[in-house]
Amino acid sequence: MAKEFELNEVEVWDGNYATSQALRQAQIDVVAAYPITPSTPIVEGYGSYVANGYIDGEFVMVESEHAAMSGCIGAAAAGGRVATATSSQGFALMAEVLYQASGMRLPIVLTVVNRALASPLNVRGDHADMYLGRDSGWIQMDAFNAQEAYDLALCAFRIGENHAVRLPVMMHQDGFTTSHKAQNVYPLQDSVAYKFVGDYKPVDEMLDFSRPVTHGAQTEEDWHFEHKAKQHKALMDSRSVIDEVLVEFKTLTGREYKRVESYMMEDAEVALVLLGSSVETAVLAAKQLREEEGIKVGIIAPRCFRPFPYDLVRDVIENSPVKTLCCLDKSSPGGAMGALFNEVSAAAYSTGTRPLMTNYIYGLGGRDFAVDEAKRIMKEQKAHADAGHITTEIQQFSGLRGPKLGFFETRRS
Amino acid sequence: MSRGVLSTDKRGMRELGAEEKVGWDAVTQGVALYSFEGETKGAAFIKPEERAYTDFNSYTATVASWRVVKPVYNRDICIDCQNCWVWCPDVSIISRDKQMLGIDYDHCKGCGVCVEVCPTNPKSLLMFSEAIENDTALSGWPEKKKKEK
Repeated sequence: MAKEFELNEVEVWDGNYATSQALRQAQIDVVAAYPITPSTPIVEGYGSYVANGYIDGEFVMVESEHAAMSGCIGAAAAGGRVATATSSQGFALMAEVLYQASGMRLPIVLTVVNRALASPLNVRGDHADMYLGRDSGWIQMDAFNAQEAYDLALCAFRIGENHAVRLPVMMHQDGFTTSHKAQNVYPLQDSVAYKFVGDYKPVDEMLDFSRPVTHGAQTEEDWHFEHKAKQHKALMDSRSVIDEVLVEFKTLTGREYKRVESYMMEDAEVALVLLGSSVETAVLAAKQLREEEGIKVGIIAPRCFRPFPYDLVRDVIENSPVKTLCCLDKSSPGGAMGALFNEVSAAAYSTGTRPLMTNYIYGLGGRDFAVDEAKRIMKEQKAHADAGHITTEIQQFSGLRGPKLGFFETRRS
Repeated sequence: MSRGVLSTDKRGMRELGAEEKVGWDAVTQGVALYSFEGETKGAAFIKPEERAYTDFNSYTATVASWRVVKPVYNRDICIDCQNCWVWCPDVSIISRDKQMLGIDYDHCKGCGVCVEVCPTNPKSLLMFSEAIENDTALSGWPEKKKKEK
């Protein structure tokens, strides 16, 4: 039986440590992991809890991230509660196996500490790895600070393991700005946390010898399409389960999370849409700009990146007088508009008001995103709103040195 | 459908495919395929022909068409050593109570390992073209080889 870990009402934890504590409290059976900056302390922490008797589980050391996720799949198919962590290049190496995990409907929890993808080699935080996972069939949740990294990691098990869902869940946090920044975190006591997560109830587990089962069978044009459609429906339908779990978590802790967070949108004329630790920067900038210049700025922050909350984004837009929406993407778009711009535009196009939509690429490779730059972008959006049309190129770059870079203009007759 | 030991017992062999029109809502979650109907205790101690296999178990699926050469078994020479049974990678040697019964031609892929590991002289298993009838193959079986000094 695992020992109880003594916890204070308030702890000073960084995002990595908070996440490793959540994995401990969920009493993971197996972690198969390969270390990579900046996510290493998550699995390092789990390893030390196993070694010191705080958890009845197995830490499996493997030769690569591809093997790490493969090991997780084996353990999950066998019937265990399984989690691991990775970042960046490790995530990229895992990519092939991520699709297997979701296709096999194994509710593995992958805590991703977001980091830029090489080349150029870079250990700092941007969202290139998170975006790489967006078609993999996983649920993707995004924490903006250490407390949320802890809270959402606990919720991740509840969501993925729900028998109506049975999908793997990625819990994202930003490299260094969240993972390595020590903040006040209010943890749950071990028994309370475990009671919330609950015992793992396996499905089709291979260790049930009375019902031998094959996982990951091959299908061709005969069956593949039907299985992928069923998987997609489970992912789309997981929205209601996510909502239920987040409500239950609020009842337990008082901390409220939604699939889409919104701030000051009720009277907002312009709004920024963004993810990750930049959300707190943007909220601060919006508050200051409201005070200083009376510009009514709001912030929309999808907490859930997949399934993308088209429904709630549309609700937020429709219940707000917003005229201009600026989506900020922290990932090199590779010959397109940013992914957040594309998703939010799809949601906005289905509203009656159809606000002006603009896109900024920002913060690549850990480039700082400061309050002053957020305010400059907000003021620019206000100029669009006043003019009634987009006065710049639709896609621009924020915080980039050198001449201005932008693409694609609105065609005005 | 009655099930027997050898392929000639007609256990309902078929190539698996989408011949039944099943919609996306009816496929199994995560392509999890069960071998047996319901629960099975101690399956290892139940003879294959007596197990409640589902259609998703390879017992009722044939891969005979993958084979270009086949092993033929000669009962008159076999010493029931079980070498072929141990080495066959596709569990296609049928043996009951340590007595060799023959080849499961529905699952044999013609790799020839059984012939390779057969210790008798002449061998009790030899590879022949698919087109040659087993009786024809057996009538022309080679003689015992003399030891060369």
